Amino acid sequence: MSFAHKHLMGIEELSAEDIALILDTAEKMSEVSRRPLKKVPALRGKLVVNLFFENSTRTRSSFEIAEKRLSADTLNFSASTSSLQKGETLVDTVLNLERMQPDCYVIRHASPGTCQLIHPFTKAALVNAGDGTHEHPTQALLDAMTIRQKKGDFKGLEVLICGDISHSRVVRSNIFLLSKMGAKVTVCGPATFMPPHLESLGVTATTDFERALRGKDVVMMLRIQMERQTKGLFPSLLEYYKTFGLTEERLRLADKQVIVMHPGPINRGVEMASEVADGPYSVILDQVENGVAVRMAVLYLLLGGSEDEAAR
Amino acid sequence: MKRKTLFDAAGIQRSLGRLALEITERLQGCEGVVLIGIHRRGVPLAQRIARLLEKAEKARVPVGSLDINLYRDDFSTVGAAPVLRGTQVDFDISGKTVVLVDDVLFTGRTVRAALDALVDLGRPARVQLAVLVDRGHRELPIQADYVGLSLNTRREDHVELLLKETDGEDALILESAASAARAGSEGKRP
Repeated sequence: MSFAHKHLMGIEELSAEDIALILDTAEKMSEVSRRPLKKVPALRGKLVVNLFFENSTRTRSSFEIAEKRLSADTLNFSASTSSLQKGETLVDTVLNLERMQPDCYVIRHASPGTCQLIHPFTKAALVNAGDGTHEHPTQALLDAMTIRQKKGDFKGLEVLICGDISHSRVVRSNIFLLSKMGAKVTVCGPATFMPPHLESLGVTATTDFERALRGKDVVMMLRIQMERQTKGLFPSLLEYYKTFGLTEERLRLADKQVIVMHPGPINRGVEMASEVADGPYSVILDQVENGVAVRMAVLYLLLGGSEDEAAR
Repeated sequence: MKRKTLFDAAGIQRSLGRLALEITERLQGCEGVVLIGIHRRGVPLAQRIARLLEKAEKARVPVGSLDINLYRDDFSTVGAAPVLRGTQVDFDISGKTVVLVDDVLFTGRTVRAALDALVDLGRPARVQLAVLVDRGHRELPIQADYVGLSLNTRREDHVELLLKETDGEDALILESAASAARAGSEGKRP
C-alpha cells in the first residue's frame, strides 16, 4: 500500500486506507522526535514554503519543526511582512515563488479553496494548513492519531464535538475523517453556531450539551473566537460557559474512559474548566506532540518518493 | 524464469547457527555485543541469531530494529514513498559492538543507509555486518564480516529470503533469468 496523492488539500478526498497509512507513518515518525539527535535526511534538498496568510503560531511552528526534522529547507512567508501588503495578488505571489523551485507549499488562508485556486499555477505539492471554514486536514489527522493511541480503534466510537460548528474547519475535517474510519459523530453548540443540513454529513446535531455528553468516548471542545461575540452570536462568555462549558461535573456524564480534546489555544473558563483541561482525561498536550509526527508523515508521503509514480 | 530453492528451513537455521558461532568466535563471547536488524527480514534474523548467542553464551544480547527508509539515496527512483516500519533501539549503542543484520547483501546501498541511521543513534565502538546471503554486485565499497552463503548471481537475478515471521515459511529462493547462476561455496569469507 502506498500513498497515491500528490497533495493534501482536505480529508474529504482521502480513503480510510490513506488515513490509516498516514497514521501508521506518523507513529514511526514519533520515534525520531524522541532521539537525542532529532533529525533524519529524508527530505534533504527539498524546499518547503510556508505560506501563512492568516496568523498562526502553533500550526506554523508545528509544520516548521516537522520540515526541519526531515531536513527540508524552509522558507516562511507570512502575510504581514509580504508583498501582499503592497497589493500583489495571491496568484502573482505563487508565480514568483514558483521560479525559486519549491517542492511544497504549506498554505494557511482565510478563503476556502485556496489550494484549489493555486493548484493550476504550481508544480509543487500543496498542503492545506487551514483554509477559511473549509478544512484543516492535519488537525483532524493529529486528532485521529491521538484518539487511536488512546482507544485503539475508531469502529463504533462515540465522539462529541462541541462549540462553534459553523465557523470551524476543524469540525469539517474531523467529521469527514471520523465518519470514514467508522466512528459515530455528534456535534453540539448554541443554535447560532449550528449550520443547517448537518445531517447530510452523516452526523447527529443537537443543542443539548448535557444530553449529548452521555456515554461519549471522546469529547472535543472547540475554541470560541472572542470576536464572534461582537457579531451577536452569543450573549456573553460567562453565559456560554454556563451552558456549553465542560466542567468536571458534566464530564461525569460521559463514558468512564472518556478523553477530552481541544485544538488549542484554550480559553480557560469558556470552553472548559481548568480542572478539566489539566485533568486526567485531558489529552490536549498529546495532540500537540502528535501534530509534529503527523505533519512529518504527510510531508514524507508527499515528497519522499519520485514525482512520476506518486503523482495523480 | 527459473525458480530454485537453495535453502529450506533447516538450511537457514544451520546457516544462522554458523553465523552465531562465528560472531562469538571473532568477538570472544558476546560481552558488549548488540544486534540490530535492518527491516524487514533482517529483524527476525537478528532475533534468531540473538537467541542462538544467548543459548551458547548464557548472556543477554539486546536486539534492535532499524528502518533505513528515511536515509535512502534513491528517493528519486523508488516511486511512492516507501512504507515505514520504524526504528526501535531501546538501548544505548554508544561504546557497544553493533552487529548489523540483513538478509541479502547486494548493491550495499541499504547498508550505507543503515550506517547513516546508526550513527544518528549513538557512537558504537565498532560496527560489523552479518548477512545470510552475499550475492555480489556491490555498488559501494562495503563488505560483510559474517556471511551465511556466498552466491554467484547475475545482476538481473532475484534472491528472495522468506521467513516464518514475515512470510509464513522459511526458504531461500533464487529466481534466475538463465541457467548461469550457481551456488558458491557455503560460508566463504568475502
